[in-house]
Amino acid sequence: MSLKSSSATTRPGHARWVRVTHWVVATSVLTLAITGFTILMAHPRLYWGAAGNDLTPALIELPISRNYHHAGWAVSTPSFPVGGRAQSVVRTYDILNENSWARSLHFLAAWFLVVTGAIYLLAGLFSGHLRRDLVPRPAELRARLLREDLSAHLSRRMPSAPAGPPYGLLQKLTYCGVVFLGLPLMVLTGLAMSPAITAAYPFLAGMFGGTQSARTIHFCVFVALMLFVIVHLAMVGLSGFKRQMRAMTLGKPT
Amino acid sequence: MKTEHVITSRRTLITGLASSGGLLLAACSETQPPTYGNVLRMADNFTYRAQRLLLPRQSLAREYDRRDITSIPAIGTTDPADPHQGAYNEKNGLIYQQLRSAQFADWRLRIEGSVSRPGSFSLGDLQRFPARTQITKHTCEEGWSAIAEWTGVPLRSVLEAAGTRPSARFVSFYAFDDAAESIDMLDALHPQTILAYGMNGRDLPIAHGAPLRLRVERQLGYKSLKFLHRIVVTDRFEDLGKLSEPRNGWAWYVGI
Repeated sequence: MSLKSSSATTRPGHARWVRVTHWVVATSVLTLAITGFTILMAHPRLYWGAAGNDLTPALIELPISRNYHHAGWAVSTPSFPVGGRAQSVVRTYDILNENSWARSLHFLAAWFLVVTGAIYLLAGLFSGHLRRDLVPRPAELRARLLREDLSAHLSRRMPSAPAGPPYGLLQKLTYCGVVFLGLPLMVLTGLAMSPAITAAYPFLAGMFGGTQSARTIHFCVFVALMLFVIVHLAMVGLSGFKRQMRAMTLGKPT
Repeated sequence: MKTEHVITSRRTLITGLASSGGLLLAACSETQPPTYGNVLRMADNFTYRAQRLLLPRQSLAREYDRRDITSIPAIGTTDPADPHQGAYNEKNGLIYQQLRSAQFADWRLRIEGSVSRPGSFSLGDLQRFPARTQITKHTCEEGWSAIAEWTGVPLRSVLEAAGTRPSARFVSFYAFDDAAESIDMLDALHPQTILAYGMNGRDLPIAHGAPLRLRVERQLGYKSLKFLHRIVVTDRFEDLGKLSEPRNGWAWYVGI
């Protein structure tokens, strides 16, 4: 790669605190992904706005459990004097619901993500890691350089990457997207679904267009993060799996 | 790759859990929900303590306009007299059937425990209290939500009428189906916590908990117990046995 960080202070490999926080966050994200998917299976419909349910139109319906398009509903009862055309219908179908453990495990993992993420951001800020290794320099942000890095990746003409910083341009942009956009959005949209937290801070739900919109965004960012994980693992594999894993665990650069 | 990842992660997880578990255990007391030594219940209690510590205590859930009211599914027990439903209780199911056939004229809500004036209220008694009507969002743990108008008596008024003792910390609710719930005093005295007998301008429908249901607006839907017949005020956290969420694998506090 033509772009090497010019910083002379960069020690090769990953700092110990980066390695530890990386694996705690990785474990949390893996747990959150599995339990989040389990929670989604209980109600695989996504909406836009404040409220949405089986009796209102969905934005997206996902064929991921037997709750998809189920027909176990009684005949609609007479409407209410108040509420226009609002109806109430009795559900007669026993749905698949594993949310008892999935929800609790989801929030346990979320605590680990939030606490470790905060430690990472603080340490990254004060150690200079974020500024030095993650945020692209102004001189790097050129369309030509981005095009070059992109075509190098697509044609797999990448030079053997060092284990750890300095990172390439695409690599920096991707990590910044995950650290500053993806994961914070997951936390915020997650909090925007909580009835206690939105009672205290209604703007949290409002900024996403309502609790159900926040849930839909939560799902979309989950998909984006899973794509990142796939590409990230592929790049680790392509650039020397053993070497990269050793660098991120034992921390011995080669 | 997979193995190495898993081993490293698991080690990190165990170390992390052990340390935070110790913290949680130290913080536990008998005025807290039991954890049964379960890591998931410890995390639930941690969330409960964190929310009680960090969130403003008297914030109100958003209230909507009548034009925001949506359709609302009726799930869980929708008829306590139906023996085919999951949480059917034979004795209470028969009582419920009789009460319902008399339009709940003989129904009474008992209130007892840590109160100076234990007793019971008829539906008429409760309707003579100043009523509160609120259009709020019902958020189900399954992932859906619905907006409806609820009319009822603030739980606070009923607790004051019964004379809650200063030592009281929790309020437990018992229903005609085999269900029970409890909330802490902060939620119990919250202005939007009501005992609802009306919904969307009519009497509370059977499927939504007639004649009386609880509304706890800052927690998920399953705390808003339907088909109430008894309230017990307690000084300590009361494990509601096989009826309780902690034992059934569900979080007791669901502000998130």
